[in-house]
Amino acid sequence: MLAKRIIPCLDVRDGKVVKGVNFEGIKEVGDPVECAAEYDKQGADEIVFYDITASHEGRGVMLDVVRETAKRVFVPLTVGGGIKTVDDIRETLRAGADKVSVNSQAVQNPSLIREGADIFGSQCICVGVDAKAIGPDKWTVFINGGRIDMKLDLIDWVKKCEQLGAGEICLNSIDTDGVRGGFDLPMLKAVVDAVKIPVIASGGAGKLGDFAEAFLKTDCSAALAASLFHFRELTVSQVKEDCKSKGIIVRQCR
Amino acid sequence: MIAVIDYGAGNIFSVKNALDHLGFESRLTDKAEDLRSADALILPGVGAFPWAMNMLKLSGLVEVIKQEAARKPFLGICLGMQLLFEKSYEFEECKGLGLVDGYVDKINEPGLVIPHMGWNKLEYNHPCPLFDGLGSEEYVYFVHSYKAFCGDGALMAYCQYGSKVPAVVGNGKNVFGCQFHPEKSGETGLKILSNFAGLIK
Repeated sequence: MLAKRIIPCLDVRDGKVVKGVNFEGIKEVGDPVECAAEYDKQGADEIVFYDITASHEGRGVMLDVVRETAKRVFVPLTVGGGIKTVDDIRETLRAGADKVSVNSQAVQNPSLIREGADIFGSQCICVGVDAKAIGPDKWTVFINGGRIDMKLDLIDWVKKCEQLGAGEICLNSIDTDGVRGGFDLPMLKAVVDAVKIPVIASGGAGKLGDFAEAFLKTDCSAALAASLFHFRELTVSQVKEDCKSKGIIVRQCR
Repeated sequence: MIAVIDYGAGNIFSVKNALDHLGFESRLTDKAEDLRSADALILPGVGAFPWAMNMLKLSGLVEVIKQEAARKPFLGICLGMQLLFEKSYEFEECKGLGLVDGYVDKINEPGLVIPHMGWNKLEYNHPCPLFDGLGSEEYVYFVHSYKAFCGDGALMAYCQYGSKVPAVVGNGKNVFGCQFHPEKSGETGLKILSNFAGLIK
């Protein structure tokens, strides 16, 4: 049986780890390579680097971070943020990433998903989606770090991503992100039910039981969190212990 | 020296990174003489079977791989494992290296997500030197849409994904294949790679 995955995310700007709260008030803390190595030790099933650098120079720094991490961490690495073209995807994979996560760029240019999947395989194309409720059981997709409402129906969009060849959806709820009251279960359930590809829950984890709750109440494949792990309020291993005690299959670490 | 065969397939740097980390000397190479002088061979691979076989043929390495696989430790990883078999039905019937008995075909599990992607548990079928020091709860990282169909003798370990998915195969001697990525399977994967390198005499 496939194990449910616990994924720590590191937001990186100019080669340093930061963590935004509701995408604003960004704080800077730490070396991403060291943080990734620490998460690996704790039993992270995958590590996500989210590059929030705007500049071109920053992208080169990010690729160096990926290269260094790939020499020390032997679990899958995903890199998101600022990936605009097939060449960006190629460069990122060559640096040692196993997957890329495309977000705003995929909404503006959906063919990026298809081209990426055709050339590199669906398994390395994750589509990150930021969404917000606009009514009961109705959500729309936002881009640019949650700043621009694309007036695009969430369910229509994730179905389209699947058709285009996305290997996975990383679903971030703008409503619950940074609020720490648990994942957005209604949104998560709606997306999981709409597609066959794996869905990663993101945004809102605030306490130990939130992860197990997402797995018990929806069929999501993985759960992602940033600040909770980053500020060492919880370790990945504590989360896995809690899931295991509730009958959820998680990878045991050596 | 472990030769990691470079025929243009996938992220072979991860395999090299893992071997470097473990302290085993290795070389990414597409040269026949390196394959001959190596103490062990690793055949990595991501992509489609017919394409990969074609790349191997174009690089002129098929014969030397077959000769060297008869005399030194040999490990195929992911698509590299699938290439060990006699043939595959990915897109079209295509001959493989024929180092292990069996064939490769699509995973057919209605209701399950394909590709089979993520961490799955190793279930041991036969003793194998690659398993030295592993426990009963070992998870490894898979990403694939095709799987091997082989006899019990070649099946060293499997995982459950609807039905049995061959995870580690072998010819009972020096040729092994892992469907999962040991270089991405944390400590468990590193242990398997280190066990493989330990077979070098």
